[in-house]
Amino acid sequence: MNHVRPVPDGTPQGVPSGGDAPQLSDLLHRAGRGDEAAFAAFYDATSARAYGLALRVVRNPAHAEEVAQEAYLDAWRSSARYDVARGSAAGWLLTIVHRKAVDRVRSVEAATTRDETWNRQTAPVDHDQTSEAAHASLDAARVRSAVATLTDVQRQAVELTYFGGYTHTEVATLLDVPLGTAKTRIRDGLIRLRDLMGVGS
Amino acid sequence: MSDVHKLTGAYALDALDDIERARFEQHLAECEDCRAEVAEMRETAALLAETSAVTPPDSLRSSVLAGISQVRPLPPEVPRTTTPIDIRSAQPAGRRGWMPFLVAAALALFVGIGATVTQPWQSDEVPQLTAAEQVIEAPDAQEVFVDLGEAGRATVVRSKDKDRAVITTEDMVAAPAGKVYELWLMSPEGVFTSAGLMPDAADQTLVLEGSAATASAVGITVEPDGGSEKPTTEPIALFDLTEAT
Repeated sequence: MNHVRPVPDGTPQGVPSGGDAPQLSDLLHRAGRGDEAAFAAFYDATSARAYGLALRVVRNPAHAEEVAQEAYLDAWRSSARYDVARGSAAGWLLTIVHRKAVDRVRSVEAATTRDETWNRQTAPVDHDQTSEAAHASLDAARVRSAVATLTDVQRQAVELTYFGGYTHTEVATLLDVPLGTAKTRIRDGLIRLRDLMGVGS
Repeated sequence: MSDVHKLTGAYALDALDDIERARFEQHLAECEDCRAEVAEMRETAALLAETSAVTPPDSLRSSVLAGISQVRPLPPEVPRTTTPIDIRSAQPAGRRGWMPFLVAAALALFVGIGATVTQPWQSDEVPQLTAAEQVIEAPDAQEVFVDLGEAGRATVVRSKDKDRAVITTEDMVAAPAGKVYELWLMSPEGVFTSAGLMPDAADQTLVLEGSAATASAVGITVEPDGGSEKPTTEPIALFDLTEAT
């Protein structure tokens, strides 16, 4: 057993829920042959996660919309190059979204602004900026409970990198630990999440 | 486990800078374990996005659908391979004099970092690049890595199209008191032109001053504070670019 467990793919209207991975990858393959309706269905099934991730990273709704739009256009252009053997269609899309969101915050935002935003964001009340749909989602609940089992330092390192868009060098500075420690926390945290959520072999 | 394998997590979360990423992608090309781990970690990271789903404005849907109607999807990719070249078997005879000071045994040279097919799902568009990133991400970018042992590690990336070279250092020891590291571009004739002084920092990325398209090597020397017009010491590192074309 050495396959990657697909990210749960959403049903249309962008409400995350389990299952349906074959359908999403099929939509993407059809898009690769120029089927715009298939891509629209792919959009509907993934847009809440894509936009929500972009918003979480870049914070500004207008920027998040631009990032998500660019990511979907890239996904459309690259749809014939998506390989189901390398991972789920939703994971593929969200990888593109994340990269674009990170590029955006690194190029646009001044470091001072981001530091202030991070400080606000780490306040417990603010920490989870999620939609009603995600709260209702079983997958989101499963992810939350897995995240809750991380040590505080692992959770901080993973969230600062994934949602904060910081480099591991910046994370090391923010957490006041050596770079090697930051690397290890990021990786260990992800490995623990991977194992808890049953991704991979 | 060596250090490079530990970068899977940071790589999967887009937490590496451009040169670190380029280097790790070269490692990925050769390390199946890391490729599998990165794929799993990306799936894992994507699951984290479940917790932040937000219904987008309707305008996003209409702009996406309007956008795709004007663009044809790219054709499927045909696999290509890139082969690392071992510079040790290809030293130009004319520069043997430099070799004692070059960490030759640890010098490795790679080509084609911008064109590997092992980068999972890297998007084709690269917006808003810094000057250094433009060099590193250039399709013709070439990279030379030098391990200075306890003195640190350094990588030079050169793009002929961009006519620029970029150096990235990692864990580099500070220059001795009253001294500074100076960068040099070496012409094919062996003439050294100063490419600027390196700020005192262990980890940094710098664009070298001057035209780099025809340079055959990049060198680092230790010079008195303020730098020199010509190298006054032998280089502590020499990055041979001649085989990287």
